[in-house]
Amino acid sequence: MNLVQHLPVLQVAVPLVSAPICALLRSSERPAGMLQGRLAWAIACGVSWAMLVVAWLLFEAVRDGGPIVYELGGWAPPWGIEYRVDTLNALVLLVVSGIGAVTSTFARRTVEAEIHPDSLSLFYGAWMLCFTGLLGIAITGDAFNLFVFLEISSLSSYVLIAMGNDRRAVAAAYQYLIMGTIGATFILIGIGLVYMMTGTLNMYDLAQRLPAVDHTRTVHAAFAFMIVGVSLKLAAFPLHLWLPNAYAYAPTAVSAFLAATATKVALYAMLRFAFSVFGPDYALHQLAFQHILLPLSVAAILVASLVAIFQANAKRILAYSSVAQIGYMTLGISLASVGGVTATIVHLFNHAIIKGSLFLALGCVMYRVGSVRLDRMAGLGREMPWTMAAFVVGGLSLVGIPLTAGFISKWYLVLAAVERGWWPVVAVIVVASLMAAIYVWRVIETAYLKPRPGDRDPVAEAPAAMLVPTWILLAANLYFGIDTSIPVGAAAHAARQLLGGGP
Amino acid sequence: MIVENLFNYWIVIVLMMTGFYTVVSRGNLIKKIVGLNIFQTSVFVLFISMGKIIGGTAPILVQGDTHGDVVYSNPLPSVLILTAIVVGVATTALGLALVVRIRELYGSVEEEEIHGMDEEEAL
Repeated sequence: MNLVQHLPVLQVAVPLVSAPICALLRSSERPAGMLQGRLAWAIACGVSWAMLVVAWLLFEAVRDGGPIVYELGGWAPPWGIEYRVDTLNALVLLVVSGIGAVTSTFARRTVEAEIHPDSLSLFYGAWMLCFTGLLGIAITGDAFNLFVFLEISSLSSYVLIAMGNDRRAVAAAYQYLIMGTIGATFILIGIGLVYMMTGTLNMYDLAQRLPAVDHTRTVHAAFAFMIVGVSLKLAAFPLHLWLPNAYAYAPTAVSAFLAATATKVALYAMLRFAFSVFGPDYALHQLAFQHILLPLSVAAILVASLVAIFQANAKRILAYSSVAQIGYMTLGISLASVGGVTATIVHLFNHAIIKGSLFLALGCVMYRVGSVRLDRMAGLGREMPWTMAAFVVGGLSLVGIPLTAGFISKWYLVLAAVERGWWPVVAVIVVASLMAAIYVWRVIETAYLKPRPGDRDPVAEAPAAMLVPTWILLAANLYFGIDTSIPVGAAAHAARQLLGGGP
Repeated sequence: MIVENLFNYWIVIVLMMTGFYTVVSRGNLIKKIVGLNIFQTSVFVLFISMGKIIGGTAPILVQGDTHGDVVYSNPLPSVLILTAIVVGVATTALGLALVVRIRELYGSVEEEEIHGMDEEEAL
């Protein structure tokens, strides 16, 4: 029984400890180096699946028994750091660990193909650090601790992106480092200002003490700094400039992992700060969400979808599509209703599995063809039937065809917009879905209807070790398109908790 | 009065804006990192200033103080900033390492030139 009580800290501590173990398995002698790289992969993969089990146990415990509070080292807040798991972060933990488990299973072959053999174990070390940071952001109940985990995940993700074998990957990692650090520092300034006014860093205590001082200019400034900082990490339009190149040139497994988790966790941080810490009745919400976030979300959806249509590289299509999909999530927040926030959380969950599966399908293409430019992908529908079928199913889900997960999130978003009577927003969602259909169709058309380019040799189907993880995520896509009780039930409960006040 | 009492905070604002402006306006990748450092340092000063209490002593228990009449300054912000400094050093190190790699791969540390080379490659 004792172990079960410590699940919240195990969720973060186990991957944290596994990171240096992976990194230490380094050897430049062959074949020992290759073998140790594989051992590092086995550790990373095993730990990720174990963390999925832990996240599931936490999710069930929270669903049945309400929020779990864990005091690190037995120090009660305000002296100690507190982990507080409620429905919202239990769901985010489930998403992060689930995607981490599937993508790390997938990673072995692509990573061996793309990363220098000497750096394999270092790669998995950075991967586990990133995983730790993302889980930590989701689980912690302490504002400063959140900043530290944010930096752990960010620093390791810059490293992971820079390991791509295109030189543009390094330039993209640098750009991401600059913008990410500015974002994180903004969050730190915000945390400093609220600490100045309240004398606490614990989010629960902050929520109790902020209403007394929330009319002061210091708190207004803190709110602005935090929201802008989180928006940078979230790649909310127009702060998304780091995202397309970072996702397009990173190693394929990293693209899939980060696209499905990093922005989702930042979105969680935004929900947590805006609604749990500052409270749903905070005076600046109206200004921030309806007058700033709403137009920007609509612009994100339309502009990024339009740009995605004209990309020549399939990974860049998906990257711009991610910016648009983040627009859907922030749109839900800007509705500032239980329905809107429910839609945001449902889409957070669904988009993670949609984008994860699409990037994994492109990872299979990258492994066999060595490029994901559209002109190189022509004719792949006949050579790699399972891979391209995976892309088609994932693409349908992205567009929002009924019986897929993507439909469910759009459905709830449209419902929430109708509830507020915002018909133009409904029109935007429909138009953007058509645009999504166009960019997904461009890939499908190239793969199925165009002949193989003369200078590309025929390729074989991707190995089963890569296809199976891809199809696991696709099965999840279809499953959550039919049985919506887990994401929608949890999201609706979490949205009521957020808007009902108190974390 | 306002300048005297809030002197630290004025310095924070000046440093913050200087650093931020440098990051945004300079095209040289190393100068950007320098700007980023100044920007982060301003936040360190912000945190440490808020922990200072005028007339307060270091937060070490004074012998014989049973009535609570000794004023201590708040140690927590300084502790937080120790962590933030570590993060800042790691960011700088990683940023400079990336600049070295960029120099090796592109032969330049000017943002515009690198951008131009990427554009050519895309065509």
